[in-house]
Amino acid sequence: MTTLKDQACIVGIGETEYYRKPGSGMSELKLMLQASQRAIADAGLKVSDIDGLMVPILGGTAEDFAANLGIENLRYAAQVNMGGAAPVASLQTAAMVVANGIADYVLVPAGWNGYSGVRAREITEADIEFQLGHTARDYYLPFGFNAPPQWYSVMARRHMHDYQTPPEALGAIAVACRKHAQFSEKAIMRGKPLTMEDYLASGWISEPYRLFDCSLETDGAAAVIVTTPERAKALTGHAPIYISGVAEGHPYPADDIINRPDMFTIGLTHAAPKAYEMAGIGPEDMDFAQIYDCFTFEVLQQIEEAGFCARGEGAGFVRDGAIELGGKLPINTHGGLLSEAHILGMTHITEAVRQLRHEAGDRQVEGARAGLVTGWGDFGDGSLAVLTRK
Amino acid sequence: MASETTTEGNYTKPLPRLKGMTGEWFGWLKKHELRFQKCTGCGHWRHVPRELCPECGSDGWEWARSSGKGKLYTWTTTYRPMHPSFTEVPFAQVVIEMEEGPRVLSHIVGTGVEELDFDMPVEVIFDDVTPEVTLAKFRKSGG
Repeated sequence: MTTLKDQACIVGIGETEYYRKPGSGMSELKLMLQASQRAIADAGLKVSDIDGLMVPILGGTAEDFAANLGIENLRYAAQVNMGGAAPVASLQTAAMVVANGIADYVLVPAGWNGYSGVRAREITEADIEFQLGHTARDYYLPFGFNAPPQWYSVMARRHMHDYQTPPEALGAIAVACRKHAQFSEKAIMRGKPLTMEDYLASGWISEPYRLFDCSLETDGAAAVIVTTPERAKALTGHAPIYISGVAEGHPYPADDIINRPDMFTIGLTHAAPKAYEMAGIGPEDMDFAQIYDCFTFEVLQQIEEAGFCARGEGAGFVRDGAIELGGKLPINTHGGLLSEAHILGMTHITEAVRQLRHEAGDRQVEGARAGLVTGWGDFGDGSLAVLTRK
Repeated sequence: MASETTTEGNYTKPLPRLKGMTGEWFGWLKKHELRFQKCTGCGHWRHVPRELCPECGSDGWEWARSSGKGKLYTWTTTYRPMHPSFTEVPFAQVVIEMEEGPRVLSHIVGTGVEELDFDMPVEVIFDDVTPEVTLAKFRKSGG
């Protein structure tokens, strides 16, 4: 049987600065071009080496990227439409592409003006139709059920009922991400520590979500470069980081978050075992996990569905600092979407690479050799990659 | 019942598009009947409308009438407005599990957000928000 295990490496990472008020002052495309140039330089490559592109979910077309960057011979371009799960799922497609010789160096960018551009809560009817489908447009929107904190908090509330998950479990996730952001030079929430008391005192957004359950609205972009292990070994700047296991998964039905036979079975439920099987290692082998944290409960749910604990046991897993640096499974060591910046999941990948390169500075997980990164999008699309260094 | 929130002619909230099977579903609501697709092959009830039965693959179905009774499965209470047409906060968006199985996203009328509880019995009411569109909403029932 063929496998994608260790058939591709991440060799370059790039990020912009992250912005809130007054915004980046750049187009979303410009942000992503800047991050792409930095990733190409970080890899020690030239623009002319890039011959593959994973087109981001918003902000630019394949043609835009090729024309602006000067990619004269683009041999492959494709788009994965999985919202915030797209960056990690795009690693899977990029790995397939380089492993089969369709392209040699694939650029994977993502970014947006999530602060100064159109915000999630200002989504238009046309955007709802395009991104989420006609169920959301015709059956949810007439009731004002149009924004991510609303969609996901109905799952959170049911989980809190079925498994007696306390608000402090969600708070532990917010507190951990904020703690880690203090070690990230670029984090929006650096210098603004958060206690459990602060968390519990924050106001409702969409109950049971409080303000500090919600990720940041920020401008910025990030990008990575994927190539084969042979080409990666020829680049001498950094340790190559292997895509050892990768998978995407889709909930059923994907377009209707309320009519699922089991509300807690999400894309990741299907993707995680597949990725572990490919990698030949499991959750117990991970030195860290960068978990897509659009909201706190989604982190708890993914911890459960990714197999770090049984469903319903997430609250016990996250307490007592277990998910903080120095704990048994540090999560979101850069601060995540909750406290560093919301770059659609791409910075979860760049941070995982930085940790595995042992270039994470004050927030380095000592001796990290294997780590997990997840993506979450739309109504529970999921993606998961097991990254390793040799 | 008449709309509780608006008077005819000035309804400004987003409306469904009455096309295809969605138009048929809302057409029954306009007649104040809550119906769902029921597979004529295996009897499976489904919502939202689909071309095929996901259980047996049959393309045969009928609009079967629901009892209108269900229970509160979960909900969210919006405190911060997320849409320019829905600014009267707090308000709850509820997930109702019907007796026949399908779940419906809706509002509960006449019960404050603090009084909502899991498995609260509810029954459908019909809110004629415009001359063309009726929304299925719910109210607490005796159980």
